Amino acid sequence: MPPSAFTVAKGRRVKTSPGGDQTFRWLTFLCSLLVPLVMLAIGLELLRSSWPAVRQFGWRFFFSQEWNPVLQEFGAASSIFGTLASTLIAMFIAVPLSLAIALFLVELAPPRTSRIVGTLIELLAAVPSIIYGMWGLFVFAPFMAKYVQPLLGNTLGFLPLFQGPPMGIGMLTAGIILAFMVLPFVSAITRDVFQLVPPVVKESAFGMGATTWEVTYKVTIPYGLVGIIGAGFLGLGRALGETMAVTFVIGNAHRISTSLFAPGNTIASTLANEFSEATEPLYIGSLVALGLVLYLITYLVQVVSQTLLRRMYRAWSVGL
Amino acid sequence: MRLRPPTGRRLINLAVSLWAGASALVGLVILFWILYVVISRGLGALNLDFFTQLPTPPGIMGGGLANAIVGTLVLTVGATVVAVPVGLLAGIYLAEFSEDSKAGDYSRFSVNVLMGMPSIIVGVFAYTLVVVPLGHFSGYAGALALAILMLPVITRTTEDMLRLVPNTLRESALALGAPRWKVTLGIVFRAAKGGLITGILLAVARVSGETAPLLFTALNSPYWFGSLGEPTPNLTVTIFNYAMSPYPDWQQKAWGASLLITLGVLLLTVMARFWLRERKA
Repeated sequence: MPPSAFTVAKGRRVKTSPGGDQTFRWLTFLCSLLVPLVMLAIGLELLRSSWPAVRQFGWRFFFSQEWNPVLQEFGAASSIFGTLASTLIAMFIAVPLSLAIALFLVELAPPRTSRIVGTLIELLAAVPSIIYGMWGLFVFAPFMAKYVQPLLGNTLGFLPLFQGPPMGIGMLTAGIILAFMVLPFVSAITRDVFQLVPPVVKESAFGMGATTWEVTYKVTIPYGLVGIIGAGFLGLGRALGETMAVTFVIGNAHRISTSLFAPGNTIASTLANEFSEATEPLYIGSLVALGLVLYLITYLVQVVSQTLLRRMYRAWSVGL
Repeated sequence: MRLRPPTGRRLINLAVSLWAGASALVGLVILFWILYVVISRGLGALNLDFFTQLPTPPGIMGGGLANAIVGTLVLTVGATVVAVPVGLLAGIYLAEFSEDSKAGDYSRFSVNVLMGMPSIIVGVFAYTLVVVPLGHFSGYAGALALAILMLPVITRTTEDMLRLVPNTLRESALALGAPRWKVTLGIVFRAAKGGLITGILLAVARVSGETAPLLFTALNSPYWFGSLGEPTPNLTVTIFNYAMSPYPDWQQKAWGASLLITLGVLLLTVMARFWLRERKA
């Protein structure tokens, strides 16, 4: 901390007021404190507003599939299940795809191509969620119903996962669109991780005659594993809370079903669909309780991803 | 001595390379597919009425979404006015004063967590905080939700950009006897100007396409924007409502609004990136 008021030779103070600096410092400090405060306030506010439902239903809330505004019976099981299922599908597709894209951008493509393709893929992250929803509902869901789902039904139809009428909208379509949405986030970090691996390490593997794939599989990925997992968790957090795109294509049914073709719902889609129509305190409380569950899940996922990514960057800044 | 890897390994390498190229292609195809669909379906909806008229009730052709365009602009500007000063100041603390400070560490961590917080949760928060006590939906609640979403983005980029400014610059200014606040606002800020603008543009781009936090805060309205104290018309919620409606005319309008939002957001994002590249070069 530099001195805020300098004294020169004869003890005459240069005209800087220490008060100004103190005020400035405090002001910036208070503003930086606002971020954790907001985060905390969100949690507390959600807890307070969901209290009627928490008190009424207790643990039953998490295990009941019942969602009946008329009878005032609410259970979160189908929403929580849908959130996890759609996210799982998304990660199942997005992680391998992101790794492959990072491999392409860092090791295979010429620098110019790599820069352009990298920028374009990052632009996918800028497309608003609701645009994915419009495209998903009017273009991608019919595409799924016409081509992808019949194909899956015919080849893998013996699995309960791929049974049922190909309607286009449903869990699978939502998961795939989620995958496209988290793809730019995961691939951007994975690309950084690939780039951060010291060239010496890679070159020694190349020098022993390893192919690009072998270097990636046996050197780059193990070396950057912590960062890649962190990137995955970051994408996971995104996918868990994505709202509009999922709301458009998931079909919004409060039901747990074994088939991925069947409509379902997620916490976020339930909130988006029903919140502005809910009037009874218990109904609103149950919806806010869903929000609280989502808040806690994403918080946890963020903590894991931040810890992993930070550990990686810290370890790597020291070098080998 | 064999200089080349055996065929099997080369084949695997080739297959993986092709797979990697194909994956990148998938990303590009999705981007251009979405852009193509939005442009081709949206262009037909755009005409003078779209930008100047109020929406019409279902069944009556014509009309526009002028009110929603105005409303979206007002909400975005409102959120920006709140979030930018706070975000800049918070970023200053993290970059300039938070050495070895526990509070700084925790704040930085919260910034990252808040960035990943689902926007609908922030919407619920604004609902319980503003809509419930006031008893009705309002633009204030919507702008607050958007501001909360912008805050971490601006804080984070401000910190990153200020950290890029070399320390010698600060030291020389301090050596001349300038007070710390003057050094930060007059010297460091000027050096980091491009980066700060980038951060703000990215934050604006991020929230101007948001729907979820407005669904039950600003709601929507078929009338002209009156004040932030009442339900405020906006483009994104209009897209949601119109897309789910059974009227082809409304769905057409939803595509027009989608085109407008997509162009706006992508333009802001590309501008911000361009700015950043200029700076780095």
